[in-house]
Amino acid sequence: MKQGLYTIAENKPLTEAVYRLRLAGDTSAITAPGQFVNIALPGLYLRRPISVCDVQEGLVTLAYKIAGRGTEQLTAMRPGTRLDVLSGLGNGFDVSLSGDEPLLLGGGIGSAPLYLLAKQLRAAGKTVRAVLGFNALNEDFCSGWFRALGCEVTVTIADGTGGAPRYVTDALPSGYSFYYACGPEPMLRAVFDRTAGPGQLSFEERMGCGFGACMGCTHQMRTGPKRICKDGPVFRKEEIAWPD
Amino acid sequence: MAGLSVELCGIELANPVIPASGTFGYGHEYAQLYDINCLGTFSFKGTTRDARPGNPSPRIAEAPGGMLNAVGLQNPGVEQVISQELPKLRACFYKPVMANVSGFSVEDYAYTCAKLDSQPQVGWLEVNISCPNVHGGGMSFGTDPSAAAAVIRAVKAVTTKPVIAKLTPNVTDITVMARACEEAGADAVSLINTLLAMRIDLKRKKPLLANKTGGLSGPAVFPVALRMVYQVYEAVRIPVIGMGGVSSAEDVLEMMLAGATAVEVGAANLVEPCACRDIIAALPAAMEKYGIDNLRDIIGGAHG
Repeated sequence: MKQGLYTIAENKPLTEAVYRLRLAGDTSAITAPGQFVNIALPGLYLRRPISVCDVQEGLVTLAYKIAGRGTEQLTAMRPGTRLDVLSGLGNGFDVSLSGDEPLLLGGGIGSAPLYLLAKQLRAAGKTVRAVLGFNALNEDFCSGWFRALGCEVTVTIADGTGGAPRYVTDALPSGYSFYYACGPEPMLRAVFDRTAGPGQLSFEERMGCGFGACMGCTHQMRTGPKRICKDGPVFRKEEIAWPD
Repeated sequence: MAGLSVELCGIELANPVIPASGTFGYGHEYAQLYDINCLGTFSFKGTTRDARPGNPSPRIAEAPGGMLNAVGLQNPGVEQVISQELPKLRACFYKPVMANVSGFSVEDYAYTCAKLDSQPQVGWLEVNISCPNVHGGGMSFGTDPSAAAAVIRAVKAVTTKPVIAKLTPNVTDITVMARACEEAGADAVSLINTLLAMRIDLKRKKPLLANKTGGLSGPAVFPVALRMVYQVYEAVRIPVIGMGGVSSAEDVLEMMLAGATAVEVGAANLVEPCACRDIIAALPAAMEKYGIDNLRDIIGGAHG
């Protein structure tokens, strides 16, 4: 983890509720796809955790969805604005587990951190399939990015537009070597229940600190209480337990 | 040179700044960010007899000028703290540490304190009779003077280390609780724990926290905490540790003028991971600005 000042290079809407935020600054603490940053916003006490969508030397790309006051406020911030950011938080996805034909399962804004993962998997020569689920067709902010990487992409639309499959779990292919999933908890649970193979799932939670100090984001896993921010947000399938 | 050192129950602190329990874990996360030996000491995560998984999530909410938490005393239990956490801590913190203890019965408190008393690293026992986020323990001891006294007496009987009673602000008159703890043998009191609070999630139209209520901390509570420290300083002769929303060197000075011998910093650590290091670094300039040579000289200076 590193704390630093980052300059907004871009902050633009991709859909009605999803924005792409590019921050220029020290990216050296970001070591794995699926990690997140924690951004201090003026007038708000707690930082806002947002997962990393892509990173290159000196530039980190985030995609965020308006969910409350913090993200609403973020949409109004202009390029050139400086932000106090904790970067390189969380453990991220383990690319080495992928096998040759990994499957990526994204739910809504949860598709964002899968992008950097897809990029790395493609760079390693893997055959990558992605199933990305959205509530409505106009909420799809990223399927084109995955296609551009050479992934085979299926988009599911919860309202059934155009006869598309409704849920990610309606479009699960067979024959994948490992799966990586990120999305809202009901989706993760459905994925967990309907997949036999090994996988990693990334969780989200309201956080206090984002770096493991406050125990504010704990989920009870098979292996005991785990901090989403520090022990996660990515967990191996076999570690996961669900609340009753 | 500015005199930062203070003495807390016979143990010298290089400065009065102490990260508060529950915001600093067992030190490791912060030791990766800065040398935590710059601290006066720190109060480690509230420890109980048995391991506790804590409350369901969500446990955290934003508030104007602060935050709510309902962690619920998640900790690995005293055996694990002694066998796993304290040895790890020895590698990165060379000073006496403040052991924060909670319980669900008088016997629980005494058992856990006796275990921690045997640890040479532990300098003080901070007895949390004020956690608002658990049921049938914590704060229920801190809102009844006779129950608070019973806990303190039981703990005093099993330790020779200084015992600090950590008090809740969720009472009509905190000085009554402070006096009860002093009479029961407490060597110091620390205050305030969090204020019982709530947020409603407008999307679900239900309490935001799974525990429904949580404890409010952060700058919003600082004036309340300061007032209580001022009142308790007048009510007892034992040292008072002030805490509640402290976020700057100036806040530390205010707390000490109100009567605090040392000052704990809580929520600030979570949003500014280097808050305590930065507050300590800022103290000499703040002291110079207000004509203060020695922090020891200003304790309770606002009275009279």
